Amino acid sequence: MAEAAPSPTGRIWRRPPLISSPGLRWALYIGTIVYLIAAFATMDINWQRVAQGWERGQRFMSGFAPPDFTTRGDAIIEGVLESLWMAFAATIVGIVLSIPIGVGGARNLVPKPVYAVCRAFMAVSRTLPEILVAILFVKLFGFGTFAGFMTLMFATIGYFGKLLAEDIEAANQLPLEAMRAAGASWLQRLNYAVQPLVMPRAIGIAIYRLDMNFRESAVIGIVGAGGIGATLNTAFDRYEFPSAAAILLVIIIIVLGSEYLSAFTRKLVR
Amino acid sequence: MPALHLENLIKRYERSGNEALKSISFSIGEGQIVALIGPSGAGKSTLIRCVNRLVEPTTGKVRWGDLDLVSLNSSDLRKTRRRIGMIFQEFALVDRLSVMENVLSGRLGYVGFWQSFMRNYPQKDIDAAFALLDRVGLSAFADRRADNLSGGQRQRVGIARALMQEPDLLLVDEPTASLDPKTSRQIMRLIAELCRERKLTAIVNIHDVPLAKMFADRVIGLRDGRVVFDGKPDELNNEALTSIYGEEDWEDAGQRALMKFVHAGEGGPQLDQERVLGLR
Repeated sequence: MAEAAPSPTGRIWRRPPLISSPGLRWALYIGTIVYLIAAFATMDINWQRVAQGWERGQRFMSGFAPPDFTTRGDAIIEGVLESLWMAFAATIVGIVLSIPIGVGGARNLVPKPVYAVCRAFMAVSRTLPEILVAILFVKLFGFGTFAGFMTLMFATIGYFGKLLAEDIEAANQLPLEAMRAAGASWLQRLNYAVQPLVMPRAIGIAIYRLDMNFRESAVIGIVGAGGIGATLNTAFDRYEFPSAAAILLVIIIIVLGSEYLSAFTRKLVR
Repeated sequence: MPALHLENLIKRYERSGNEALKSISFSIGEGQIVALIGPSGAGKSTLIRCVNRLVEPTTGKVRWGDLDLVSLNSSDLRKTRRRIGMIFQEFALVDRLSVMENVLSGRLGYVGFWQSFMRNYPQKDIDAAFALLDRVGLSAFADRRADNLSGGQRQRVGIARALMQEPDLLLVDEPTASLDPKTSRQIMRLIAELCRERKLTAIVNIHDVPLAKMFADRVIGLRDGRVVFDGKPDELNNEALTSIYGEEDWEDAGQRALMKFVHAGEGGPQLDQERVLGLR
């Protein structure tokens, strides 16, 4: 090999920009800033109104203090139990139903038509806000917890199914190939090369969904789907703000509890 | 145990239009260990996957006894795959299952879904699994989770799983590419020994030429989807290497490989020596 020429020093290096064309790059920067300014300009903030509102808001908030747990104590306990039941049943049934749909939404496991149908169902379920579905189901099944249960279950299918499908697609594909090479059937491949890989995350998601369903039950109760939401709504309707405050505190405590429970369980199943 | 004949096997990837295999033909006698060498992208991986149809060949035949593997329908293919074991570069174990479950999964083609779901395997399968774990030196690890094992141990589980199928043919895809040089030799030796014990036919993709020469009966060189060398390991001279890999100073290749090996032995991860020696 010939003697290499000495490498010159002092050469300039900078990280190449993400968008290489300078014109396009600056157009994007300036466009974003102009758009943000224009967007804020359309908001039309009336500072006088805000000042008045601040006072009203304070009066409203002070109406909540002190929280009153006793006057409507029985109704609160009943509402909480209803909501817990609703959330729990909807989570369990929803997850059981979402497993076939989620598996069907994983491109690496099923033929294209099945995939398209399952993905479409999940998209519909995730797009419709719970409150709209709840209004529909209250019309269908009448007031009460059954409408609430159906609403939360429907939402759970879309949510859990989608995350399950994404998880299956993102999991390591090699075990699946190995099981195929060994002559395993489709169900056996599912049981050996998919289930163990997605299980820990699925359990975490399930617990999170339980927590979501409980919180959501407080919202859909307002349109008549039973549970703690209905109790909350009644309290507001009667201007019983101290009772409403008590209900909100109970909801926060239960959600906080499920937060710790889910963190603990996820640690267990790693 | 039948011989394997590949006839004008072509694989064209539809999307890219790339022809990975350009009319491959060769025959492998029973009990032969064939090393398939060649540069990355030469089609080695595609070729062995065309045999058990993890990759569907575009045209051509793979004759095995009186079967043409390419024309099998899906249920016959599944039955035939039970007799073709496969060993993978990245081991392809199910990390969260135990070693025993991974080994037993080699029997999935033979047991019903419910049996496999309940992990209720026939006693003779369990006996066979323990015997294989003994053979590869891992019976103490049966109930360990597969992700708690070292690379070499994981590959031994992969080998045991493939042999659980009681295969007649073994497809081995870069078995040592994820392993250090010393473990690589031990794993290749183990595969070669097991093939000889059980009179298995084997196709081994391998990019480590000295290793291929050490353990194979025959070497096939692939370049750009074509067979460019087919002969005994000791016929693999510098000229042949150039025809497979292109121009390079081959003279001290063996020397360099040796240095790499010695070097890794000093500084590399230390294996459990006793168990390793107990293996041989």
